[in-house]
Amino acid sequence: MSETVFEGAIRVERFVGFGMITIRGDFSDAKIAQATAARFGAGVPKTRAITVGDTGMLAWMSPDELLAVVPLGEADGLAAALADDLSAAHALVVNVSDARSVFRLTGAGAREVLAKGAPVDMSPQAFGPGMIRRTRLGQVACAFWMSGDDQFDLVCFRSVGDFVFDWLKVAARDGSLPEYL
Amino acid sequence: MLILTCPYCEVEGEETEFHPGGQAHLKRFGPGSSDEAFRDYLFERKNPRGVHFERWQHQYGCGKWFHVARCTVTLEVFGSYSAQSLAPPAEVLETIQARRPGWEFET
Repeated sequence: MSETVFEGAIRVERFVGFGMITIRGDFSDAKIAQATAARFGAGVPKTRAITVGDTGMLAWMSPDELLAVVPLGEADGLAAALADDLSAAHALVVNVSDARSVFRLTGAGAREVLAKGAPVDMSPQAFGPGMIRRTRLGQVACAFWMSGDDQFDLVCFRSVGDFVFDWLKVAARDGSLPEYL
Repeated sequence: MLILTCPYCEVEGEETEFHPGGQAHLKRFGPGSSDEAFRDYLFERKNPRGVHFERWQHQYGCGKWFHVARCTVTLEVFGSYSAQSLAPPAEVLETIQARRPGWEFET
């Protein structure tokens, strides 16, 4: 666990710095949607989409769940503020930053590394910026999205973080990419 | 390999992303019902060779449960629909009848 960067066919970095807030509620309810959008400066994302705002990013996790990604230091404050905004509504806001591990995959082969373990069409035509996909990597649950050209951010549960890092290091070994994509 | 479509995510995923949940549209017989009805609710399952209605969960995705109509002989999937349905929707039944002439839905 001491090393946090792996340089192979692509660069894999395990890092700390994402504040993550889970918001559950009925987002077809205008009050909940507006309060959430106002707090993060980003609109409520459509199915499998992400929206980027002033204070963070909102990602669609399921029909009644959003994930807000904000700077780590602001997560507690934002979660408390949004919980206060939604106190009258049937909604749940929790800071889950410590529950997850975060990885950043950088390099032209990042799509191929993910395609080795996730049952997802990773071709540029099918998966692009502004999308999030919750799926499995190897045999554990994860979610990933594009945070730049040839750059993916991936989150998984912290309990399987070491496994995912090891998995990514094997999948990203030099010379191991099939170069199909 | 089954390719299922989650009606909530609209993800067309392969079966390893999903978790099966057995026969769909069961009516629960709990306290107050006869022993026979409770036994049948617990253990009696339809297992025809052909069209099945099943519950599936998008385990590695949005986590929602939904219903799937599929054929156990050819693995053809006729459609997926909300778990909050007491019976298969008409369009799914029409799809099955178009693909399997003579097939009738039995409750």
